[in-house]
Amino acid sequence: MSGRILEVTGLTQHFKAGRHAVVHAVDGVSFSIRRGETLGLVGESGCGKSSCARSIIRMYDPTDGKIVLDGEDITHMSQKELQPRRRKMQMIFQDPYASLNARMTVRDIIAEPLLAHHVVKTKQEANDYVYPMLERVGLTAEHAGRYAHEFSGGQRQRVGIARALILQPDLVICDEPISALDVSIQAQVVNLLRDYQQERGLAYLFIAHDLSMVRYVSDVVGVMYLGRLVELCAAEEIYKAPLHPYTKGLLSSIPVADPKLARQKESSGIEGDLPSPVDPPPGCRFHTRCPYAKDVCAQQVPPLREVSPGHHAACHLCG
Amino acid sequence: MGPILTVNDLKTSFLTGAGTVQAVRGVSFTVDQGEILGIVGESGSGKSVTSMSILRLLPDTARIHPDSSVLFQGQELSKLSLKELREIRGQKIAMIFQDPMSSLNPLIPVGRQVEEMMRIHHKDLSRAQLRQRALELFQAVRIPEPEKRFYSYPHQFSGGMRQRVMIAMALSNRPDLLIADEPTTALDVTIQDQILKQLRALQREWGTSIIFITHDLGVVAELCSRVLVMYGGLIMEEAAIDELFDRPSHPYTLGLLSSIPALNQDKGTRLSSIPGSPPDMTRPPQGCPFAPRCPYARQICAKELPPYAAVGEGHRSMCWLLQPDAPGENNPFRKEAAV
Repeated sequence: MSGRILEVTGLTQHFKAGRHAVVHAVDGVSFSIRRGETLGLVGESGCGKSSCARSIIRMYDPTDGKIVLDGEDITHMSQKELQPRRRKMQMIFQDPYASLNARMTVRDIIAEPLLAHHVVKTKQEANDYVYPMLERVGLTAEHAGRYAHEFSGGQRQRVGIARALILQPDLVICDEPISALDVSIQAQVVNLLRDYQQERGLAYLFIAHDLSMVRYVSDVVGVMYLGRLVELCAAEEIYKAPLHPYTKGLLSSIPVADPKLARQKESSGIEGDLPSPVDPPPGCRFHTRCPYAKDVCAQQVPPLREVSPGHHAACHLCG
Repeated sequence: MGPILTVNDLKTSFLTGAGTVQAVRGVSFTVDQGEILGIVGESGSGKSVTSMSILRLLPDTARIHPDSSVLFQGQELSKLSLKELREIRGQKIAMIFQDPMSSLNPLIPVGRQVEEMMRIHHKDLSRAQLRQRALELFQAVRIPEPEKRFYSYPHQFSGGMRQRVMIAMALSNRPDLLIADEPTTALDVTIQDQILKQLRALQREWGTSIIFITHDLGVVAELCSRVLVMYGGLIMEEAAIDELFDRPSHPYTLGLLSSIPALNQDKGTRLSSIPGSPPDMTRPPQGCPFAPRCPYARQICAKELPPYAAVGEGHRSMCWLLQPDAPGENNPFRKEAAV
């Protein structure tokens, strides 16, 4: 058994958009996740982080690259072959309002994966799993018979988490699990995910646009920009010593919840808008907004290379 | 300079099938000339309804209590007819909203929409003058290539650019007060940063007063000079920005502040969260609305709404723990007494 639950190599996901247009959602992204660890993936909307997650769970057929889950190449498996392997990999979605079936009770929603994977044969048997799990995510047995609309956003997200964890997966892909929640509720959900990880040693791929939360939950952080991974390193490192100009800009754009620091902060930020992924800029995709861009940046694609031990960045100008 | 806006005992409720939702339950505050006032709160705290009540931009099911008063530049807005109020809306007081796409007409070029806003209030302006002014506004909010983008439709703009158009529209008549209701919540942080800089610059140059509504304490820290913290339809705490962060004086504010991971927070430490969820406003708690989630709650908290206690200059908090007879035990605001 390898120490890695997931290995992604050169993952590329293109979508057709009209007759000639191709959306370059994900382009040659490589990373791996060790067992029991959390990899955080950050970037602005449209950077391809969600597409990346969806390719990994094979909601899409990847255009190119390789996805290895627990030592097995699942890149080109049929859905039938995939089915038994899905037990190892579950997903938590962003919108707790849209991702729960409105016509199923909470008990049935959480029991469904057990039935689909033939862990249990009847709903009665499933209850032995469902009730402890409800308690584990901070709900009670009396919630079991209710429907999703009777719950608040935070409680719904707990139901979504219970559904993902009930099969005891090795890897859970969390696609912006807290973005739709209020601040005081976000911390509840993040703590729940962390506690469960410490108990069971599962791995997370944690996708978010909120760098401060990602840094806090992750062991390793990857920063994406317009379909490419531009920086990958230990979570502490990304805050202390960011290398890529995009990461630096992203960090300086985060509002600091401290008025004195906020006033001191050199407000560099990033100018302009994200270019279209249909026609991404040549060379380094960030060069159109990069304050340090040189001629080479518009001509050659910078590879993601190890600039210092364990710290990877895709920039011509660093290291 | 005195306050430009004085809101006194504002109460707004909604009639729904499930009962009367008491969204705002007695809110009083002022906005000074040229300041940026932040209103922070989670969903359902009543922060948006408070701002909408100022211009009475509310659905038919809403009821504003007849004793509520909204005094703007000496004029009582709550007594105005809708026709009179329309003269104020968009001219003296303008608003920007969270979702620019649903606030813009998809069938009309954005430049024309900005022009229309000015034409309504300044019927004497010629077409050329309108266009000239609209272009200046596009430049002021830093829309690149304004001449070219003037005839673009909203769908051809990114979210950040649409919000700039909204700001241009809101500023087109040089309002004295701008109400911004979560204008950056739907945007990415880099774009949010650009828009916040923009608002700060406009406030400095034009002296516009701004009410900025958000759930993000980070945004408040960067932008506002004074803050109201709302919960359960009430102002829990009011303070100048530095005061609020230096000396938070309400358990809810304490909870909010510790729920945000600082960028330099040690990974080993657990995020402290506020247990439970916000109250159901069809049946608001009899006492302090935060009492069911408050780690310091005592018996009296569930029974009676606390009065405001003055914590410092311009700093007030609605909490029993700040009353003179509050015990020192399990009281975060009586550190000396606890020793």
